[in-house]
Amino acid sequence: MFKKLIKKSRAKSPWIMHFDCGSCNGCDIETLACLTPLYDVERFGIINVGNPKHADVLLVTGTVNHRNKAVLKNIYDQMPDPKAVIAIGACGLSGGVFRDCYNVVGGVDKVIPVDVYVPGCPAKPEAIIDGVVQALAKFEQKQAG
Amino acid sequence: MSNRTVIPFGPQHPVLPEPIHLKLVVEDEIVKEAVPALGYVHRGLEMLATKRDYHQMINVCERVCGICSMIHAVCYSQSIEELMKIEVPERAQFLRVIWSELHRMHSHLLWLGLFADAFGFEALFMQFWKVRERIMDINEATAGNRVIVSVNVIGGVRADLSQEQLRWILDELEIVEKEVKAMENTILNDYTVKSRTVGAGVMTYDQAYELGAVGPTGRGSGLKSDARMLGYGAYKHLDFEPVVHPDGDSYARSWVRFHEVYRSIDLVRQAAAALPEGDLAAKVKGNPEGEVVMRVEQPRGECLYYVKGNGSKFLDRVRIRTPTFANIPPLLTMVPECELADVPVIVLSIDPCISCTER
Repeated sequence: MFKKLIKKSRAKSPWIMHFDCGSCNGCDIETLACLTPLYDVERFGIINVGNPKHADVLLVTGTVNHRNKAVLKNIYDQMPDPKAVIAIGACGLSGGVFRDCYNVVGGVDKVIPVDVYVPGCPAKPEAIIDGVVQALAKFEQKQAG
Repeated sequence: MSNRTVIPFGPQHPVLPEPIHLKLVVEDEIVKEAVPALGYVHRGLEMLATKRDYHQMINVCERVCGICSMIHAVCYSQSIEELMKIEVPERAQFLRVIWSELHRMHSHLLWLGLFADAFGFEALFMQFWKVRERIMDINEATAGNRVIVSVNVIGGVRADLSQEQLRWILDELEIVEKEVKAMENTILNDYTVKSRTVGAGVMTYDQAYELGAVGPTGRGSGLKSDARMLGYGAYKHLDFEPVVHPDGDSYARSWVRFHEVYRSIDLVRQAAAALPEGDLAAKVKGNPEGEVVMRVEQPRGECLYYVKGNGSKFLDRVRIRTPTFANIPPLLTMVPECELADVPVIVLSIDPCISCTER
């Protein structure tokens, strides 16, 4: 019964963690804007936490570069299973406008598996919330399987 | 002598949305030294100048930093316009001022919120961000995008403001002013807030001058330096006086930023009242050649662009010196001898923008 309760509350109240992986701040401030009164994802039980060990969903913004890819991998490994990853913004998807730069590895999926891609430069808060909702559906599948 | 311990601060840290890494050498609870480690956001976008032509580079320059993207684009287009001797229409210059000041307002409100979050006042953080959404709505309604407004082209702007839009912007700003004023007492006079900010991270006038602090960080130490005093663009037609506070602590820096919101509202009103009729953009012919240095004032301080053209459509070099880069040496003098718990407040008090710094 206890397991069932955890399973349900995980999907109903996911804790998210945000990691800026070399974005221009545009997507980061939009991610933060989701938490503030106009969009207020807390009404869905979504809380932003700072510790990867508490997090269920990882939001990654920005391109991966040679220096922070180890950090990103480290944070992903510290998160407990089951977990979902959302890549936000054109840079997180493919490198975006910076894809030709010498220090850019590419999208987030070059380093860790990504479940949901949220396009936009920068992605709008509505799109990010939609991405989180889609990630939750995958999350429930992962829990079942 | 007691033991020295090294505590890592970042790269992933709850108070900072961006990755900066500081190695804090602490003795008991007192920080003795801070060693910065940068490079987590370095993309190398200056090199893109050789791969994208000078019109496309505006797109890249806007994405140096999402928070001050408008002003980066203004600086870049002004440098190219100076190289190519393009006369920018007066109306375009005034429109650039309006969007720049809107950007400054949203950046300062964002910072005031994050600052409140850094000392644990979450309700205030939410309040500031609620007000900020009004400015984001203005951006979206007038330019089509919330954060990166993309209104600049070389030779002018691509979007216009109609009379109705101007009136609506001024009405909205009236509400913003009222709502910001309602928070003045809390952020500037509250006993609890003051106990966290007053005396935290002191930098004297001499230190600020010597280390070259720019923007609100320098102005919070009494340094009267603001690139808008140069009168670039339409600023020469507007009545402008920089906001200065002599104390040099975190409180002074938040005081300066808070009052700059009012100053920006005032500048938008002046620009809207004086907005002349005319074209939006001048015709651009040929390619840039030669070298130019351009300075503008960003929300975080003075930003410097160096552009070198070689007569083809690709530029030889774009060098960007951003305000946070200039403000990191001041930060490293503020942190020693402070308590470990004050580090987030002090780091945020310079308004670090790491993606600007590392590009």
